[in-house]
Amino acid sequence: MSEPILALSGLTRRFGALKAVDDVSLTLVPGEIHALIGPNGAGKTTLMGLISGRIAPDSGTVRLVGQDITRLSVARRARLGLGRSFQVSSLIPDYTARGNVMLALQARQGHSYRFVWPVMRDRPLWQAATDILARVGLDTRASVETAFLSHGERRLLEIAVALALDPRCFLLDEPMAGLGSEGTARMVDFLQELKQQAPILLVEHDMDAVFRLADRISVLVYGRIIATGTAAEIRANSQVRAVYLGEEAAP
Amino acid sequence: MDRLRKEWVLNAVLAGALFAVPLWALMSDEPFIITLATRIAILAIAAVGLNIALGLGGMVSFGHALYFGLGGYVAGIAAHHAFHGTPVLGLPGTNQMLPIWAIAMVVSGTLAGIVGALSLRTSGIFFIMITLAFAQMGFFFTLSWPAYGGEDGLPIFMRNQFPGLNTARPWDMFLIAYGVLLLSLGLFAMLRAARFGAALMAIRQNPDRAAAIGISPFGIRLVGFILSGMITGLAGAMMADLTRFVSPAMLAWTMSGELIVIIILGGVGRLFGPVAGAAILVGFEVFFGGLTEHWQFWLGLVLLAVVLFARGGLVGLITGRARNV
Ligand SMILES: Nc1ncnc2c1ncn2[C@@H]1O[C@H](COP(=O)(O)OP(=O)(O)OP(=O)(O)O)[C@@H](O)[C@H]1O
Ligand SMILES: [Mg+2]
Repeated sequence: MSEPILALSGLTRRFGALKAVDDVSLTLVPGEIHALIGPNGAGKTTLMGLISGRIAPDSGTVRLVGQDITRLSVARRARLGLGRSFQVSSLIPDYTARGNVMLALQARQGHSYRFVWPVMRDRPLWQAATDILARVGLDTRASVETAFLSHGERRLLEIAVALALDPRCFLLDEPMAGLGSEGTARMVDFLQELKQQAPILLVEHDMDAVFRLADRISVLVYGRIIATGTAAEIRANSQVRAVYLGEEAAP
Repeated sequence: MDRLRKEWVLNAVLAGALFAVPLWALMSDEPFIITLATRIAILAIAAVGLNIALGLGGMVSFGHALYFGLGGYVAGIAAHHAFHGTPVLGLPGTNQMLPIWAIAMVVSGTLAGIVGALSLRTSGIFFIMITLAFAQMGFFFTLSWPAYGGEDGLPIFMRNQFPGLNTARPWDMFLIAYGVLLLSLGLFAMLRAARFGAALMAIRQNPDRAAAIGISPFGIRLVGFILSGMITGLAGAMMADLTRFVSPAMLAWTMSGELIVIIILGGVGRLFGPVAGAAILVGFEVFFGGLTEHWQFWLGLVLLAVVLFARGGLVGLITGRARNV
């Protein structure tokens, strides 16, 4: 197996008496979609926070392409190549769709301390943002302020922003949430394409989507990983069926 | 597009009026009005500075009087030593506005860097209180510093000089203030449109998102805060040039409040918000101050109305919501 892009080992985070994430180790290897599933409150978003740096772990390490990033700030990690989307859409509300993508491109280039030249007249940046919006099918909505985009459009814009960062790996927290069946189908196709660019750690509740997309699945329950394997292995795992999949995965 | 054009028309009207009124006063020999317009221009410059921190960056500094007063004291102290022919920190004093302004900007920018570095780790009410606390320290320091007048303040006996102009004439003084105001507005517009402004405004709206895409909020905010302090410091030096007097009152918390009031009245984050706000404030003071000594009460009511019903201030009321990238 090739060297993992992302490697977590022994990550633990408590909130008071609650162990939200308990001794979690997992890897994300090139070319894969690794899905993280588990019941509500299992600790999935907390784990994403530990990886992105928004939450500090009590113990354990996070490595990105071999480099220990456990103590780095959110912004440093992003510059090193962690591209994450948020469970609740979190964009710049007053900026247009294009403005959000341009900001991400500017951040990617590391050139935010430029005081003179107007960004909106930066043709290459403008064009690059327009191209990325076209890839997610938002090109016709490029000039709309984010606050006026629909929920589904904002989810796509989240992906466009992550794309603009051209990251080493994607961390996607419930990209299908609230998308409806048509939107979900589109997102599934889209994630297939996205994984060609960089591996994806995917938190998702939509089991159909997960089983279609994931190369590997890890199941998180009460902060612990109880099983990791291919879709077929997870479906067949009796412990997983008992605590989480229940009827849903019965043949 | 339409909103945008409307705002440019309003800006042109404001800039034109601020020039035309004192010009008319010059023709009709009303020096008092010229000096009033000069005061508006200088207060507007101070507010343009605060507008970088507050309007673009969302940093509600309740201590910008510190930079305003510091700029004033730089001008006062330089002129004091020039007048007495004594050195200050090993350098000769000067009564030339240009070097005084440069020093005022460096000094206030340095202090803004220190205050910013210590206070930008906090946010919300804590940030407001810490910036206020630093300004109060400056206020009490000047109050108890007898070398430069203490609570009596420091007069500037001869007005500081500007190459090619006679600064003793109100109209010349107005031209200086008006020119610097236009420059500072140009700087504000330039910063806002640049990558730096895009980052700063994004951080105001959603710092977590900015960090998640790799823009470190602290560094961008700190640079914004320093630039903000420098412009307000420049305005302080110019106010001392105009009034030929500096005193601890320039560093008082009421001065910090006045700058915030100007921005709220004019329109937070709007290019010409400081100009509109300064004109309203000084206008109120002059017209209602003559009628009643409680003019500040009425100003307070206007402020309340703006906060409740016209969040964009005067500029927002006339041209609608601001449009970003
Ligand atoms: N900041 C916090 N302070 C205290 N408890 C927290 C905090 N954040 C999360 N928790 C708790 O930690 C546990 C894990 O929460 P988390 O949001 O990570 O779950 P999740 O797997 O993402 O759930 P969902 O599927 O509903 O999104 C929950 O019991 C939650 O209440
Ligand atoms: Mg969650």
